[in-house]
Parts: sequence; C-alpha cells; structure tokens
Amino acid sequence: MIVRILTEGQYRVESSLYDQLNALDNAIVEAVAAGDEARFQSLLTELLDTVRRHGIPVSPDEFVESDVILPPPDTTLEEARHLFAGDGLLPG
Amino acid sequence: MGLISRMTTFVKVKLSRLLDRAEDPRETLDYAYERQLQLLQEVRRGIVDVTTSKRRLELQRAKLQESLDRLTEQARQALSMGREDLARLALERKAIAQQQVTDLDRQIQTLEQEQAKLEQAEMRLRAKVEAFRTRKEVIKAQYSAAEAQVRINEAITGVSEEMADVGLAIERAEQKTEQMQARASAIDELLASGALEDLTGTRQDVVERELARISVTESVEAELAALRAQLGQGESPKQLPEGGQQ
Repeated sequence: MIVRILTEGQYRVESSLYDQLNALDNAIVEAVAAGDEARFQSLLTELLDTVRRHGIPVSPDEFVESDVILPPPDTTLEEARHLFAGDGLLPG
Repeated sequence: MGLISRMTTFVKVKLSRLLDRAEDPRETLDYAYERQLQLLQEVRRGIVDVTTSKRRLELQRAKLQESLDRLTEQARQALSMGREDLARLALERKAIAQQQVTDLDRQIQTLEQEQAKLEQAEMRLRAKVEAFRTRKEVIKAQYSAAEAQVRINEAITGVSEEMADVGLAIERAEQKTEQMQARASAIDELLASGALEDLTGTRQDVVERELARISVTESVEAELAALRAQLGQGESPKQLPEGGQQ
C-alpha cells in the first residue's frame, strides 16, 4: 500500500497497517468533533509516525499513485474542520 | 467519512483538474513536463514572497526596537523635569511596543517555518521533475503507442500527485504570508502615525486585551520606579489632592 503524507512524500507500507491507521482515523474524527485541539494534534502525530515507522520512503524516480493521502504534519484543528465540511484544507 | 478518506478525495479531485489528458499520449508527456516546470517556478516565487514578507517584519521589528530606547529616554527626561504624567505616557507606549516586538518575533518564526517547508517542497519537486524528464524520453524512445499509453498514465498520475502536494504547500504558505502582510500594514500605519497605543486592539479577544493592558500597567509602574531610583527621586506622593497641605 502506498501512503502519502502531504508536504513530506510517499511511503510504501504493509496493507496490514490499514486497520491501525483506520482506528487512529476514527479517533481523530472524534477529537475534531469534540474540538479537542491537543488530542487532535497528538493523534495526528501518532498517525503520521505510524506510517513513518513502518513505511519505506518511495524514491523520487518511482511513479506510483497513492492509495491513501494523509494531511500535512502541521494541520490545525481548524483546517481539519474545513476538510470535514467538504471545502478542502484551507478556509474560504 | 474519516480524515484520511476526506484528505485522499480532496487531493485526487485537485489532481484530476491538474492535468487534462491530451489526445496524443506523447503530447501529454510534454504538456505535463511544462506544467511541472511552471510549478517549480511557482514554488520559487513562493519562497521569494515569504522571504520578502519576513524581511519586512524584521524591519518593523528593528524600528520598534529603536522606539523602545527613545521612549525610555523620553520617560527619563520627563521624570527629571517632574512630569510624571508624561513619563507614564512614554512608558505605556514603550510597553505596548514591547508587546508588538514579541508578537513580531512569533510571526517571523512562522514565516521562517513556511520558508523551510517551501524549500523542502522545491527540492522534492525538482527531483521528481528530473526523474520525469528521464522517464519521458525513455517512453518516447522505447515503447509502441499501446505500451506507451500505460507507462504514460503511470508517470502522469505519479507526478500529478506530487504537483497537487506542492501546490497545496504553496497555497498554505501564501495564506500565512497574506495574514502577516495585513498585520504588517497595520503596524506600518501605526508606526507612521505614532499612535502605537491602538495596536493593543487588533486581533485579540477581550481576555487577551485585558491581560495585555494589565501587563502594560505593571511594566509602567516597574519602569517608573526604576527611573526614579536612577534619578535619585523617592516615591512621589500618591494623588495628593490639590492644595492638600495641612
């Protein structure tokens, strides 16, 4: 499975990691709904670290489409809210 | 839908808009390459913009820093002439300017981070564009039309995602730069008019404003006391009513 962390690059990870990522993703949805900035930040960091820890970076001269795209490490709760509202990462 | 699927969909939608496939597959390759070079230019422009904004803030910071020294000197003069009211006013302005300096430091740091991110993005995109150029020539030289189509689709999809990614980094940096520029303009105007005190009102909520006000008052009192000590004056009598000698 190919995972892209925006502003960082692509990683190749085992498909078995999907469940773990999904569980973190669900927790993130809850944190955003609750407006819990601190929890959101720590979950996002954990999500990205999981990919970095288990993944192998894809070389620039490989051209592969990502199966999954993750937000940039410095995503704010406000940006995540915009994403959930369906108007992208940036307000407006 | 979770954050992951939202993010994935969002980028993929952007990506499909990024490159309209041309009829001739080889043309598609050249077109895509052109777009990559354009994007590379855009990132470089973005870096210049961020750097320029940062310099502007640094300049303002320097001006404010100068005004700190000037205001201290004014306060000292006022006090030595027995004009505590003027000294107080100068010190109030100084405390407010000091808060602005702190605020500017934070903004300068934010722009430095954006600059570093864009430089990273530029490096990654440059590597990708170079790899794409090589791939493009190989496809053109070695593959039949039918085979080429598959390879081209691969290469285009791979590079488009990178482009969407870099495009997003540019947008975010632009947005942050714009916010800072608006703020910088406000500070420029206020510096020009000398009305530094109005700055406490911008962009802060009621609590922040109140806290800032208290910190200004505290700093004014502390500085007044220090200046008095330097000038060898004792604590001035507080609020003696007019003609209140007994």
